[in-house]
Amino acid sequence: MCDQTFMAATFGPCESCGKPSPLMNIYIKNEAINYCSFCVELMACQGLQSGESVASLKRECESLKKKLEEERGKLNDVELHQVADKIEVLGALAIKTRRVLKGHGNKVLCMDWCKDKRRLVSSSQDGKVIVWDGFTLSKENGISVPCTWVMACAYAPTGCAVACGGLDNKCSKAVAMHTNYVSGCTFTNSDNQILTSSGDGSCALWDVESGQLLQSFHGHTADVLSLDLAPSETGNTFVSGGCDKKANVWDMRSGQNIQSFESHVSDINCVKYYPSGDAFASASDDATCRFYDLRADREVAVYQKDSVIFGASTVDFSLSGRLLFAGYNDYTINVWDVLKGTRSSILFGHENRVSRVRVSPDGTALCSASWDHTLRIWA
Amino acid sequence: MTINTLAKGGWHREQMTCFQKMEKVIVAMQDPDMGMKMRNQRLLITVIPHAMTGKDIIDWLMQNYNINEEESLHLGGFLVQYGYIYPLKEPRCLVLRPDESPYRFQTPYFWTSTRWPVSELDYAIFLAKKNIRKQGELMEYEKERYSVLHKRINHTWDFVVMQAREQLRASKQRRKADRIVTECQEQAYWLINRPPPGAPNALDMGLERPSSCTTRMTLWPLNAMICCSNTIILSVRAYVLMCRFVKYSEQYQNHDPIMQGCLPSNPWISDDTAHWTMNAALVPIPTRLRVERWSFSFMELLSDAMGRQEFMMYLEKEFSAENLCFWQACEEIRHGESSKIVEKVEEIYKNFLAPGAARWVNIDSKTMDKTLEGIKHPHRFVMDDAQMHIYFLMKKDSYPRYLKSDLYKSMLSKAIVPQETKKSVFPFVRRQRHSSPSPAQAAEDSRSKGPQAGSD
Repeated sequence: MCDQTFMAATFGPCESCGKPSPLMNIYIKNEAINYCSFCVELMACQGLQSGESVASLKRECESLKKKLEEERGKLNDVELHQVADKIEVLGALAIKTRRVLKGHGNKVLCMDWCKDKRRLVSSSQDGKVIVWDGFTLSKENGISVPCTWVMACAYAPTGCAVACGGLDNKCSKAVAMHTNYVSGCTFTNSDNQILTSSGDGSCALWDVESGQLLQSFHGHTADVLSLDLAPSETGNTFVSGGCDKKANVWDMRSGQNIQSFESHVSDINCVKYYPSGDAFASASDDATCRFYDLRADREVAVYQKDSVIFGASTVDFSLSGRLLFAGYNDYTINVWDVLKGTRSSILFGHENRVSRVRVSPDGTALCSASWDHTLRIWA
Repeated sequence: MTINTLAKGGWHREQMTCFQKMEKVIVAMQDPDMGMKMRNQRLLITVIPHAMTGKDIIDWLMQNYNINEEESLHLGGFLVQYGYIYPLKEPRCLVLRPDESPYRFQTPYFWTSTRWPVSELDYAIFLAKKNIRKQGELMEYEKERYSVLHKRINHTWDFVVMQAREQLRASKQRRKADRIVTECQEQAYWLINRPPPGAPNALDMGLERPSSCTTRMTLWPLNAMICCSNTIILSVRAYVLMCRFVKYSEQYQNHDPIMQGCLPSNPWISDDTAHWTMNAALVPIPTRLRVERWSFSFMELLSDAMGRQEFMMYLEKEFSAENLCFWQACEEIRHGESSKIVEKVEEIYKNFLAPGAARWVNIDSKTMDKTLEGIKHPHRFVMDDAQMHIYFLMKKDSYPRYLKSDLYKSMLSKAIVPQETKKSVFPFVRRQRHSSPSPAQAAEDSRSKGPQAGSD
């Protein structure tokens, strides 16, 4: 097997097939080669040693997985809701729609808040990206992107730029180039770097100025649908979730997959970190949301109810992390008590699927984007 | 690039999961013991057996799923929308009414999940039947589709018409009640699979995602497994770890506006932006909650512009301000433009690391050597180790002392606790919502003001 060290790769013609795509530098017997990910796989399959096959590697993988579960199981003492038994039950929350933003002509697929706590950007299926002042309901800016299904949009930290990406495989003025649709994008702590996730199964970190690929992250075996940056002191990790039912935690510097969680039974649509950075939540098509503790390295809570049948497409935490807002394909937003595992309330109002929920930076409001062409702000 | 194998028939996986769950509900509803009580419903002059009212459905869902009426109506509405329950009175309107309107369970033969993909031939036969049975019974859009189909599958048209006639003849021999039922069943099925223009399409599922049975899984997961098993070095009991979440939520509860409200009022509710003005980046006097938050963690202090300012003032008194300056300069390298990395690294070396530098920072010799080596080939992360060292130095040493200092304590006592806005006498008077300068505009303004300020 070859020595796989993934360092900062570049974009260019593959040395094997000649097609331009994000390249991976790998070393074989101390020689550096630049292949695209497809050719690397082909080569890897060819490079199997005698006695090995894809099936045998798979088996080895499964047995390692089992060992992993055993180790995790030894540390399992108690569930989160048992620890939370002592704290008082949440009172009824009086959350209502305070603003309805109308203006998109088609399904609104994504939104993001600006750091100034009142502006937001939203993108929709018809290729329009609109910047709103949520407070006054005014549209400040509108951009037409030459592609449909703009699935990802993000506001830059300084508030001076927005990034968006979708079916044209690019993110914003071709900063990022993937070989399949861009499902999620976010700025890192500055305006100068963008992290993207894509239908081609990879995530990538890009330099905005030069459009250069700084780091690529491979490990998902299917489309990556969502990612989130960790709010930690060192600020070096992020989590991604995809159609392979896995949520992976990555180190941004080295490109390595640090942790992996697989407990959903269906595609993971969205991942979001807990405010302290020690845990994250995921929303999936199996109609559950799950809470994973990074230090315990396992799932510690499942948020589900028999009457909740439709898949969850998006999640976000309230400022204190006590509430989890999840948007579902049955047009509702369920508010879960993170610690007790129960549903605190349900928000009706949208007339089609909720595609994205985001709590504002200072925690004063929740914004939801929906396929019914509107956005709603709740408080 | 992926080696994909699409699922059979291209069904979206999420649709199947939803349908399976709905079918479970339907089966539970028809359970002989715990299911719904069905009775004969009178429809004009005919009596239809095994029917139930809208109200019955809602009551059953409320009881069995422990939900309130609104949610039950919402859930029941989906069962109708997806064709698992169909209305007898207004067959064209797939809506659940919480009253005495009669409904029936759809036969599994017509379940959306069992009959996929929908066949054009079947639709043609259905439309032909309607046309033959009563001229003018077809709606406008159905007429259009009928003629389109006529052109498209013209070669089988004789078969279509023959089938339609046969089915009509067979149905005439059945009792009226059965005929009505079959007609409603079929109508509901086609309303879902061929919705009229403008009606919401229940089967609209968004962008297709290829099935996950790819053969991409060769070496990556193996690497991942090895990495994962290495990180399990914990010996801490899960209990201790989870208590952290309880503690965190309790600590931040008062700061969570959605849970506890905020003072003086939540701008989104009262239309009053006082809360934002009081908590702007740099204010003469900050609010109490904000100053309290600085004591929660070092990161909270550093991420607040005012907090950083205060901390800098404190460090200057202690003659260790160069630490914070160094940390800030390193942050600028990590998050700044790639083109400026080299010059910024040089600046840092000159100011903070070179022997005899004006603001020399105290790093241990090992880290210093490593950093100096790295500076020879500067890159984005070359300062990481040194930055981490100084960060933890400040966190363990200066930060706790700052929290005990007079500077912090006086700030805490000076801090404002805003009055809660009394609900106005005329609650329906809407305040004027003023716009605020956009961040992009503010950046422009500061840029244009720059040279002018220098000329003063």
